[in-house]
Amino acid sequence: MSDRLFVATRKGLFTVQRRNGRWQQAPEPAFLGDPVTAVLPDARDGTLYAALNLGHFGVKMRRSKDGGKTWDEQAAPTYPPQPEGAPGAPWKLVQVWTLETGGADEPGVLWAGTIPGGLFRSQDRGATWSLQRSLWDRPERPEWSGGGYDAAGIHSICIDPRDSRSITVAVSTGGVWQSRDRGETWACRATGMRAAYMPPDRQNDPNVQDVHRMVACRSNPDVLWAQHHNAVFRSTDYASSWQEVEKPALSCFGFGVVVDPDDANIAWFVPAIKDEQRVPVGGQLAVTRTRDGGRTFDVLREGLPAAPAYDLVYRHGLDIDATGERLAIGSTTGGLWISDNRGDSWQCISAHLPPVYAVRFDA
Amino acid sequence: MPRVVFTSNLQRHVACPECDVHGGTVAQALEAVFADAPQVRDYVLDEQGHVRRHVVVFVDGQRIADRERLTDIVTPGSEICVLQALSGG
Repeated sequence: MSDRLFVATRKGLFTVQRRNGRWQQAPEPAFLGDPVTAVLPDARDGTLYAALNLGHFGVKMRRSKDGGKTWDEQAAPTYPPQPEGAPGAPWKLVQVWTLETGGADEPGVLWAGTIPGGLFRSQDRGATWSLQRSLWDRPERPEWSGGGYDAAGIHSICIDPRDSRSITVAVSTGGVWQSRDRGETWACRATGMRAAYMPPDRQNDPNVQDVHRMVACRSNPDVLWAQHHNAVFRSTDYASSWQEVEKPALSCFGFGVVVDPDDANIAWFVPAIKDEQRVPVGGQLAVTRTRDGGRTFDVLREGLPAAPAYDLVYRHGLDIDATGERLAIGSTTGGLWISDNRGDSWQCISAHLPPVYAVRFDA
Repeated sequence: MPRVVFTSNLQRHVACPECDVHGGTVAQALEAVFADAPQVRDYVLDEQGHVRRHVVVFVDGQRIADRERLTDIVTPGSEICVLQALSGG
């Protein structure tokens, strides 16, 4: 199991490490006081990447080659000059929402999903970035809209472990998009999703779907799970079609989802009351787990705080390690919990962190 | 020569000591700063060349009017202050 967890927060990047059977928080966070919106440990070469979103001075990228002891500034993704009258959101980077590595056969390749909806690729370990114009210039893209932000954003990037040229991304709000040719061409792949917040004749439009988070199963990448604004969806045909999970436990609303890397039928969620409230159901934090592809669910609360507890877990605030045994959740109210038994029970690591944006196990 | 002064909160991220530069507009003065310290540009301006949303620029105590093209006039005795806007938290 992974013995190190990175915790990206509103006030810096925290690290917790398991030593002698106990989780310990590193004494000093990196970037204390600065919002850290994404963190990426690259298993291919041990490099660590962090995306900052300075309140005044914009998005900054940092890279560490010594496990987080020291950091260098790297170029941030930038949008090209905006043509006069271009439709849609301003061509200005608002946030790096997610970072992912390219395939095992693509050393140094990184992907960044951003607000206002640009997908960026780096071929040189983050030294330079290029906007994927093939997706940005799609006529459907100006129709994307913000989900909780002023503009749309890409928050989920799945690189197919069978073929690094094949990429599936999810947009809030803009559905699911897939390329089979390393980003040269794209197709919208959200058929079967349903948007309850749209007028009736637009609810099945793939391009308006508000996917909150999408993950693919490592051992069976044809299976993808999506926590959507008003439902949980699952695809078993590589996003060609999606099926709605009929009865998710507690609530159909939530942000995070993870899937067991070795069993596509097992997935975890952190439900909340839907959009008008966004708090745990009954004021009681819970993780839910299905082991049968979404037919039934377990509600897992052992070790999580008793009600009232208003911890909300954002879309990157739930992670699973490469073994599938260890999970972590971090909340908007600064709670951090780890489970070593697939969610059956949880250990509180801290209840006093800054608001957590993302948790990520070391690769 | 106009003088350019940066908030100490920016100094925390990137070296930008106050300096005297040539220029008759805010754009010219800042370009002169960036010529010597190119890493400062992305902290003050976004990729479209506009003043970042939560950065504010004053010339002789007056907030500049043109945040996109930075055409506000500066004189040899002017002081240009680049500060963080409280809107940024």
